[in-house]
Amino acid sequence: MDIVTLSRLQFALTTIYHWLFVPLTLGMGWFVAFMQTRYYQTNDETWRKMSKFWGKLFLINFAIGVVTGIVQEFQFGMNWSEYSRYVGDIFGAPLAVEALLAFFMESTFLGIWIFGEGRVSKKVHLASIWLAAIGSNLSALWILLANGFMQAPPKDAFLYNAANGRLELVNFFALIGNPKGWIFFWHTISDGVAMAAFLILAVSAYHIVRKQNVDFFKRSFQIGAVTGLVAGVLVFLGGHTMGQYMYEAQPMKMAALEALWDTEQPASFSLLTIGDLSGKKEVWSVRIPYAMSFLACNNFSCEVKGVNELQEQAVQEYGPGDYIPLMVVTYWTFRIMMVFGFIMIGLTAFYVWANARGDITKAKWMKWTPWILVIPYLANASGWILTEMGRQPWIVYGQLKVQDAISPNLTVVDLWISLVGYTVVYGSLAVAMVYLMKKYAIAGPDAAMHESVDVAPAVIGSQD
Amino acid sequence: MSYEFLQILWFILIAVLWIGFYFLEGFDFGVGMLLPFLGKKDEERRAIINSIGSVWDGNEVWLLTAGGATFAAFPEWYATMFSGFYLALFLLLIGLIIRGVAFEYRSKDAAPKWRNTFDWMIAVGSFLAALLLGAAFANLARGVPINADKMFTGNLFTLLNPYGLLGGLTTVVIFLLHGANFLGLKLEGELRERVNGFAKKLWIGASVLYIALGVFTYLAGFWDRGIVNPGVVPIAAVVVLLAAGYFINAKMEGWAFIMVALNIVLTQVTFFSMTFPNVMLSTTNPDWSLTIYNASSSQYTLTVMSVVALIFVPIVLAYQGWTYYMFRKRISTDKKTLVY
Ligand code: HDD
Ligand code: HEM
Ligand code: HEM
Repeated sequence: MDIVTLSRLQFALTTIYHWLFVPLTLGMGWFVAFMQTRYYQTNDETWRKMSKFWGKLFLINFAIGVVTGIVQEFQFGMNWSEYSRYVGDIFGAPLAVEALLAFFMESTFLGIWIFGEGRVSKKVHLASIWLAAIGSNLSALWILLANGFMQAPPKDAFLYNAANGRLELVNFFALIGNPKGWIFFWHTISDGVAMAAFLILAVSAYHIVRKQNVDFFKRSFQIGAVTGLVAGVLVFLGGHTMGQYMYEAQPMKMAALEALWDTEQPASFSLLTIGDLSGKKEVWSVRIPYAMSFLACNNFSCEVKGVNELQEQAVQEYGPGDYIPLMVVTYWTFRIMMVFGFIMIGLTAFYVWANARGDITKAKWMKWTPWILVIPYLANASGWILTEMGRQPWIVYGQLKVQDAISPNLTVVDLWISLVGYTVVYGSLAVAMVYLMKKYAIAGPDAAMHESVDVAPAVIGSQD
Repeated sequence: MSYEFLQILWFILIAVLWIGFYFLEGFDFGVGMLLPFLGKKDEERRAIINSIGSVWDGNEVWLLTAGGATFAAFPEWYATMFSGFYLALFLLLIGLIIRGVAFEYRSKDAAPKWRNTFDWMIAVGSFLAALLLGAAFANLARGVPINADKMFTGNLFTLLNPYGLLGGLTTVVIFLLHGANFLGLKLEGELRERVNGFAKKLWIGASVLYIALGVFTYLAGFWDRGIVNPGVVPIAAVVVLLAAGYFINAKMEGWAFIMVALNIVLTQVTFFSMTFPNVMLSTTNPDWSLTIYNASSSQYTLTVMSVVALIFVPIVLAYQGWTYYMFRKRISTDKKTLVY
């Protein structure tokens, strides 16, 4: 493999890995803060246990999010030096603000939350978890504004400076007002809440089936179901809005996620296609008429441009080259994400309904419920793969191509060393993290109250 | 504000971020490296970790902010340095990863083997990070091969020269001493005695290496290639380090800590004044060096970033300082009071 491919592979692996942990952190912080607030207000011991138990899982996950984030911050310079030179004037700013505004806040107050109980007043302790949750969501905002610039650079924010051959910022507010970034933010933080709700649902179901701490987990399950449903709907609305921005800013991505070769009006949406996505010989597909038009522009009749036409346009605008992303990937990742999104809404709606009707703790479907945890993970990874691979060959849409963005001084050997190194270390971390998550999730809330000791076998399975 | 003023301002701000990072994370690294040697029993190790437990992540953010600020204010510097020091930074990252995870995970399982493994990860990770940072800074002082396109033309072995290695080792030992002094302030009882004993020995090693590094720098003429002569600053750095020895022997832990901290700050001041206005000196041809003028962002970006820094840096300093105040009490190894 050449350095471009290796750099891309490494960036993809490390970011996807970072992204496995981040949504849970984003969402779970709010839940723990909410539970602790309820405890503060009511002095009900169950709320306290809830904030401790879910807080433990939050922290085990958080640790990996932090250490993999450091790699992210350094990688732009290490692997994408030409990118950093070309757009650093613009892109560096939100990254620096993120560290100054969000990372400091999050890490400092989380430190106080972990170690401060009994040392700081209850109020300060409560405030610290809220500040940590706000801090991590702020970090998401700034990084997504940075990413929004790469996806849809706002035209009035920057200019090309011929003297030094790079893009320069001319309007900071246009950069941070970029609607693409804000819509990313909406979709992403609601997706974080949905992710956390699904973890809560899955773990609660596991215990409910085993009749352990039933009160505790029933209450958790109810919280998870309601918030999961609300968040799921918000995720959908955000995603739908994203489709409309994409139609404006990245029409090629839009065409690629449908594998639409020729312009259609109105455009239909295919649920499944069998055959080859090159579109030349579609063997069989299930289509929903008008749906693509609806996704793209919120009405049922607009025109959606096809890949062929867009490719020709791009060649005229930017010169010869291949401007078509890898369509197998964009097509399927979009479907995975969307179908899972609807499943998430459907499932949580069902839970809410079932809970309103009667006692859910005896329900037969409870047995299968722990498995729902895989759904948000797959949807999340798919969403990002779609977003990032859908902008190929651009690293900054319409401005800079990926192949011109790498660090030219690196060798294939350098990249293999780091790629293998990260893979080994990240792989081992995953093993440790899954082991701990499982152990603490299974051990239940009583074990989480014993701060200083290991989860002793005797504690496992006890009633509250 | 004039463009040049902003460029100088941001050079100083980045220097301040690095100084903050070395000062704070310096004792974290030291504590991390001392952990398996100083703590014999599990409670002791937990007490040692707890001395930095609530602050290490916040301290590490100084590094992230230094990186981010370099990216925003001097994109060319960020690009050349980070891609040039690729494998060294990769190892640094591995060090930071394994120690960061270990802080959170070591107590989440009671098996002695599990805990011991993570304790060593903390020590090795801290050591790697300190060594590589020291070596990287020494190489920045010495100069590295950079071509006319602002591109680094060496490899990992370019950085492994005697001066780089000496810089790395000196940093390790100074951080060890800094960590020992910090622990002297945070621990009590037998552990405190033990760590004070460590500090005495570490001080000898630190002084020898530090003076060797200073002599090397002077003889090789690395110190007067910029336009600012560091003047008496390095001499003051040596004096405070020597004074630290007196305070360590006199069991005046607070003063000993302050002296080594001052030594770290003054060393960084020396480093940054030695290089100014260069940010990366080219050994290939001095004219190809990166300077604050040819590596910086536009005037507009620097202005925006200045406003942001002016608002948020004081806030961050206030709440970080407040955390240290909040957790100022000494930590005992009594199981009942230990937070895991
Ligand atoms: C649990 C996770 C999850 C779920 C259920 C959904 N998404 Fe999503 N989606 C993401 C998680 C995600 C993501 C990983 O968070 C992305 C990547 C970038 C971003 O901001 O969000 C994303 C990106 C993303 C994009 C690409 C944006 C771009 O590149 O410009 C579109 C068009 C949608 N989503 C649309 C939807 C629709 C119509 C959904 C139907 C319910 C949906 N998403 C559910
Ligand atoms: C601000 C946030 C982000 C930035 C600035 C960013 C930037 C980049 C860069 C520089 C590349 C390499 C160039 C390329 O091949 O296109 C890339 C690729 C990629 N990124 Fe992102 N990324 C961000 C967030 C994410 C997140 C959170 C994910 C989720 C996992 C992600 C997934 C990917 C994937 C899958 C690729 C590979 C695409 C390919 O192979 O071409 N990115 N991104
Ligand atoms: C590729 C670009 C990215 C970079 C450079 C980056 C950088 C970082 C860094 C340095 C940290 C560690 C902070 C600490 O030490 O406390 C971190 C953690 C975090 N990042 Fe990322 N990140 C990236 C992608 C993303 C995205 C796209 C999001 C969210 C939308 C995100 C959200 C978070 C959150 C919430 C944390 C803190 C919680 C956790 O660690 O799990 N990051 N990131």
